[in-house]
Amino acid sequence: MNMLFGSPVLHALILGVVIISALLGVTSYFIWVERKFAGRMQSRIGPEHVGWKGLLQPIADAFKLLIKEDITPKSADRAMFNLAPLLAVTVALLSLAVLPLASGLVIADLDVGVLFFLAAGALTVVPTWMAGWGSNNKYALIGGMRAIAQSVAYGVPLVLAALVPVILSGSMNLSHIVAAQAGGHWFAFWPIGPGFAAGILFVLATLAEGNRIPFDIPEAESELVSGISTEYTGMKFGMFYLGEYVHSLVGAALFVTLFLGGYDGPGPDVLVLQLAWFLLKTAVVSMLLLWVRWTYVRLRSDQLMTLCWKYLLPSGLVLVVASALWVWWKQQGGLA
Amino acid sequence: MSTHAPAHPVETSSAPAARVPTPVIGPRANPYLDIESYEAEGDLMVLNMGPQHPSTHGVLRLKLWLDGEVVVKAVPYLGYLHRGVEKLLEKLSYVQSTPIVDKNDYVASMTNELALVMAFEKLEGCEVPRRARYLRTICAEMQRVASHLLWLGTFALDMGGALGGGTTAFMYCLRERERILDLFEELTGARFHYHMMQIGGVRHDLPAGWDAHMKQVAADILARIPEYESMLSENPIFRARTRGVGRIDALLAQELGLSGPNLRACGIDHDLRKSQPYAAYDEIEVRSAIAYEGDVYARYVVRVAEMRESLRIATALIDGVPSGPIMGRKPIETVNAVKPPAGEAYVAIDSPRGELGSWVVSDGSPKPYRCKLRPPSYHALAALPYLLPGTTIPDVVVILGSLDPIMGEADR
Repeated sequence: MNMLFGSPVLHALILGVVIISALLGVTSYFIWVERKFAGRMQSRIGPEHVGWKGLLQPIADAFKLLIKEDITPKSADRAMFNLAPLLAVTVALLSLAVLPLASGLVIADLDVGVLFFLAAGALTVVPTWMAGWGSNNKYALIGGMRAIAQSVAYGVPLVLAALVPVILSGSMNLSHIVAAQAGGHWFAFWPIGPGFAAGILFVLATLAEGNRIPFDIPEAESELVSGISTEYTGMKFGMFYLGEYVHSLVGAALFVTLFLGGYDGPGPDVLVLQLAWFLLKTAVVSMLLLWVRWTYVRLRSDQLMTLCWKYLLPSGLVLVVASALWVWWKQQGGLA
Repeated sequence: MSTHAPAHPVETSSAPAARVPTPVIGPRANPYLDIESYEAEGDLMVLNMGPQHPSTHGVLRLKLWLDGEVVVKAVPYLGYLHRGVEKLLEKLSYVQSTPIVDKNDYVASMTNELALVMAFEKLEGCEVPRRARYLRTICAEMQRVASHLLWLGTFALDMGGALGGGTTAFMYCLRERERILDLFEELTGARFHYHMMQIGGVRHDLPAGWDAHMKQVAADILARIPEYESMLSENPIFRARTRGVGRIDALLAQELGLSGPNLRACGIDHDLRKSQPYAAYDEIEVRSAIAYEGDVYARYVVRVAEMRESLRIATALIDGVPSGPIMGRKPIETVNAVKPPAGEAYVAIDSPRGELGSWVVSDGSPKPYRCKLRPPSYHALAALPYLLPGTTIPDVVVILGSLDPIMGEADR
């Protein structure tokens, strides 16, 4: 394994601290970008007054959340209620561990990296349900129940979509998956059919798992007031918010890694350039997701389930079989 | 442009509707269900939605009995915005009444004033000059567009959430509505509570250049309506959320006394602008929009078609505004200037929400003896106990939004 700092533990510690702090900073400015972007879409100007072009707005927002009164409802399950926001952020950050940002720049180069991030993704429902149950609020409870149904359903197409690059590259190690796409052979575009479709499936399932519009039914503020986060105030509410954004950024990064060649791009294989390519692709994907978010209205929970079980799951199965056939055909010699 | 054919054809015609609506669509929910006798799979959960809730359009409280997420029984509780307007009208003179009813249907103040003022005029027997009638019609139609724009925006918000596509549609709709408010501000000096209608005519004459400004606004909004359609009704998620949801059959609609777009979406061609023309509607062709399915989507297409039609009517009228006085009686100089003879009068007009009626009884004094208002929203809310059972919470919000209730009007 390629270690930057000798021992694996030291490597993971140093990289982990650096990457997580960087990501949290990026996330707060991602929120600024989203607000500006949404503002432009809606013929508004977005944050403008705190700092130049509203650039200090994320800091002001965070400060506002910090000085808000921290309320725990009397009848809430205190332990669960207080633990849930912490877990929400932690779980969202977990997938970061196996993400190769550039060649060798990965916190833990696991051989079962794909399995790890799928497991971490499935964990997101735990803090959501803890919040839903612990709040002892009817809206939160309904939101929590919806989250479980949604997570169970969408975990399956997510696994199937992630299986396609695994089959194509023959490895569950994310670094190997990226290496298999080197030279522009990105799985989203090659082989033409299954890779692209699996990419879309992956995006849909990630949106659903991260409770993003149009799949944000556990939060559904027009129906459930604020769903699972109804009873949360101040920074605890902010943690859910942060968790959601981290999840969507990491989701975009995983999509880039699995389907868009990760850090692969034109130019020499230098760390800085690779990192730049990776960040650029992630930014583009995130912006596309923002565009979706600010355009679509929300699905109903039963329609969400129908979409998953009737359409996404069968198409996921077909894609897995198709990509397996493709690999078999290539092994048989392909066209040659 | 879109290639999909609309599933709900919306007809706009000045002739009576050709098709007969389906009187009964399916089994009707029992609004008086005895909860004790209902056997749930688990426990029933009682959820009080509102009066403080983002999507109850003000302060409506819905008591929902939920089996899982499915509504078993729904009871709307009204009165959280009761201000005693009808009693207040008895205590105020005829002259002082119009600004009070501005606050009833606070998104369509023009039509509120119009309904009350027309009842007073009928009681007093005074003639309204033709110019004033034209101005009243133009104001009422532009008000209808403003009101429907606000409805469309908030309806998208109900469906799409405050942090998503719903807000985008909401912002677009409010952007256009703002221009109509600008027009009204130019005309009356106020943006919400206009006090434009006056017994015997209107209070403000057209400022110079208003007609050109109005035509520009109407043309702009007309050009942008396809944008909203491409964002909402051409979006498969929107269609999935609205088609077949909250169906009202024609019989139920008539039994409950629904009116306006809610009734016209059930296929019943009832439009007071056509059947008993008031103001200047007898001088212009009114083509009311009709759809037959009676579901949320039908109510949406009817309102969007009405926006187009209202813009057409207003634009057509502004060119032909006759010259002449804007008041048909001697100027009102004192509070007690209006003293209609003893008697009673009922006047109903087609407000953006439906049939808005005012019944006034006079005893010959400067104050009405009794004043009763018939708000269309109040009757629309009566449909909720029939529509909600069997649906889930997301649909509750959508169905409620599609009825376009304004609590200020329903509670008075």
